[in-house]
Amino acid sequence: MTRQARLLLAAIPAAFIGYLFVYPVTRILLLGLGEADLGELVDTRIGSVAWFTLWQAALSTALTLLVAAPLTWAISRFEFPGRRLAQAAVVVPFVLPTVVVGTAFAALDVRGSVWAILVAHVFYNIAVVVRTVGGMWSSLDTRIEDAARTLGAGPWRTLWHVTLPTLRPAITAAAAIVFLFCFTSFGVVLILGGRGNATLEVEIYEQAVTFFDLPLAALLAVIQLVGVSAALAWYSRSQERGSRGLDLGSQETIRRRPEGVLAWVIGAIVLGTLGLQALPLGALVVRGLGWFGDLAVRDPVVGVPLESIPRSLGFAGTAMVVAVVVGMMAAVVVSGRGSRFARWFDTALMLPLGTSAVTVGFGFLVALDRPIDLRGTIWLVPLAHALVAVPFVVRSAVPLLRSIRPEMMEAAAMLGASPGRAWRAVALPIVSRAAALGAGFAFVVSLGEFGATSFIARPSSVTVPVTIFRLLGRPGPANFGRAMALAVVLALLTALVVAVIDRLGEVGRF
Amino acid sequence: MKHTSTIALIAVLTMILAACGSDQGGEPTTTGSTPDIATTASSVSTTIEEPGTTSPSTTVAETAPSTTVAGGSSDVTLTLITHDSFADAAGEAFAPFTEETGITVEILAGGDAGSLTNQVVLTKDNPIADAVFGIDDTFLTRALEAEIFVPHESPLLSNVPDELELDDEARVTPIDFGDVCFNYDIEALAKAGVDPPTDLDQLTEEAYRDMVVVESAATSSPGLAFLLATIAEYGEDGWQDYWQRLVDNGVEVVPDWDTAYYSSFTRYGGDFPIVMSYASSPPAEVIFAETPLDAAPTGVVTDGCYRQIEFAGILAGTENDAEAGELIDFMLSPEFQQQIPLTWFVFPANETVDLPPEFVEFTEVPESPARLTSEEIAANREEWIREWSAIVDG
Repeated sequence: MTRQARLLLAAIPAAFIGYLFVYPVTRILLLGLGEADLGELVDTRIGSVAWFTLWQAALSTALTLLVAAPLTWAISRFEFPGRRLAQAAVVVPFVLPTVVVGTAFAALDVRGSVWAILVAHVFYNIAVVVRTVGGMWSSLDTRIEDAARTLGAGPWRTLWHVTLPTLRPAITAAAAIVFLFCFTSFGVVLILGGRGNATLEVEIYEQAVTFFDLPLAALLAVIQLVGVSAALAWYSRSQERGSRGLDLGSQETIRRRPEGVLAWVIGAIVLGTLGLQALPLGALVVRGLGWFGDLAVRDPVVGVPLESIPRSLGFAGTAMVVAVVVGMMAAVVVSGRGSRFARWFDTALMLPLGTSAVTVGFGFLVALDRPIDLRGTIWLVPLAHALVAVPFVVRSAVPLLRSIRPEMMEAAAMLGASPGRAWRAVALPIVSRAAALGAGFAFVVSLGEFGATSFIARPSSVTVPVTIFRLLGRPGPANFGRAMALAVVLALLTALVVAVIDRLGEVGRF
Repeated sequence: MKHTSTIALIAVLTMILAACGSDQGGEPTTTGSTPDIATTASSVSTTIEEPGTTSPSTTVAETAPSTTVAGGSSDVTLTLITHDSFADAAGEAFAPFTEETGITVEILAGGDAGSLTNQVVLTKDNPIADAVFGIDDTFLTRALEAEIFVPHESPLLSNVPDELELDDEARVTPIDFGDVCFNYDIEALAKAGVDPPTDLDQLTEEAYRDMVVVESAATSSPGLAFLLATIAEYGEDGWQDYWQRLVDNGVEVVPDWDTAYYSSFTRYGGDFPIVMSYASSPPAEVIFAETPLDAAPTGVVTDGCYRQIEFAGILAGTENDAEAGELIDFMLSPEFQQQIPLTWFVFPANETVDLPPEFVEFTEVPESPARLTSEEIAANREEWIREWSAIVDG
């Protein structure tokens, strides 16, 4: 791609991220630091909070990769009844509000410890690994592996020396997302972690909202941003070194049907992992039983709970569309290798995922009042959601886009295909798969997003998670039961919509 | 030619998407193909109307509760920012006001009380609303110091007990109050063979070991209220010792009310039969019961309660301060005040309003709830919370 073309393509995502992220965050940080006496702010606690934030995020990421690996393998490489459903159902935890998961986890009795944080982070993030890595693994050409096996390598050696290196871009992409999620984790840490296990995110919230200490909150936010940027810079470099053109089949690998012992192993992996995820959900179903009918009844405070569903779907749909358009443009720019610009751009796009909701939320308040006053309008909700969803789209798409080899397009052209036809034959299937993968993520991210929305809502923009939260804000069995029932409806709906999006992504294939 | 139709589909989608994406905040458009968005958008257009286009033309307002400006202006839309729990139900509660005055009220939800206070202070140079409701006395001084209010002395204040009026300059108006008190699970305590506690001191006794759950004073409004109650009860130098004894007796501290009530409280499957909640929680247990109840399943410890007062105020910078004054008068009028108990489970500030029977029957209003002055709270709040954290974190 020419430099001009790339700049042109970069303009829209750059404007998006500039107006909705860089500008508001800069404004609020300057406002906070403006009145600060930095020397006075620095104390030893900050160091230990930052260290805890870092190591729990790193450990959570490693555990998530480990726990998700077998399921990813099973879903990518084997055909079994319910495979598609499993691939969609894995995202369900993503949309469940932390309060809800917290009540379900209460039974596990790990609350109030670091373990609770780690378990919950794994629970929430398995989907990121299964879908990002699985998206690539599904389309890996198995012939390289077959060749290795023919040459005498055992299955483990083949996995270690052939499969994993090839999957590395997708694995690091998933790891980056999971790391950022855990690095800025708020609800999980606050509700399940117990006192004394504060992350930077929790600390920023407390300083800003409880202590009105805007300078210290701003300083912590800067530390958080620096940490996230450093992690991203490292990631971006390793990502580039690791990626290469691949023969991703233009269709998915033919999946094998497992037989004999293997069938049992696959069954155990799928049921085991999904079962672990379903446990808390099962608790919700039990506790919501008997209240499903009441979701359709008007309540003076929250209205008709079910009415939040079309509203949520509308927001999530809009956010998804914005995120996919912006994210795919950005992904094309980023996937062009070797340019420093692409690397910087990539890092900037990821930052919103690693920035605290308080920083962004307060930033919106002080910055987005002109040229039009976006604050408090209904448009801010899907835009804020899209901001968080764009990194998912970019991360899902870049490894796939980078695997498109220009030689293939040239070969197609040489064989007489017009540029359009060459693109359709070689790139389109991969692009559409990438877009669907990103769209699925964007949708669930928006559906489950809570942090930014709670800062800027008007009653006509109350989403499903917000309704659940408000039901749980009052005492009484009816409030609790309806909250649980609504969470179950949200979970089912999510799995359904993601299954449909997955299906649409396959339409682009030959 | 399967792929041709695919491309067409993608092209169409991209166009629709691009149209959506570039349409920021202007007149909401409906973009076919996505019915959900369309419905949302159309409901928006009814709410984001510019001042001057709304006017349901109910001509001149009857000077109902308003006295500030006679014949209120009917073309105005007021924006009221409030905390989440108030926001959703508020739409219907203001319908009579709009009918009487022609003034449309739009509600913005600004998070919890702390977040709400921060938001109005942060946006004081370009306010996002004309009026605010829901700043409680623990955050009041922060808001007053930021000089964000226009004073307004409602004539209806004569029906409000003096102890609820905390600002001499009438920059804020008390609208409701609630008492933060310990609740206990009657059945669970009976099963454990323990009598309900009657004062705070008992909770540090062996009989109540590992039975009490409270919210964090750093992240929760009832949590902070309880800390203030102990400071009022044991004094500025005595509360630390009380808390140490509580901690030694196995008190559980959780981040927020939801977690305390719905995860830790025995009534919802937790392990703690005594929880820091509200005096109005037992009536809610009856009203929201699965099957009709004759008696509340939970009780209130009337000792060691803390009274929270919620205020409304006109935000400086509004062009509609007269209408905002009318709105505040309406919020103090019996018409609005009588809706408060069963909608928000707090008590109306206007004494002339009768309480609903559920409130009279199933709860007890503590006789002498603790209070600290806003000045005391403002001067020490942060230090107290830091000291408290150190004790609780051991």
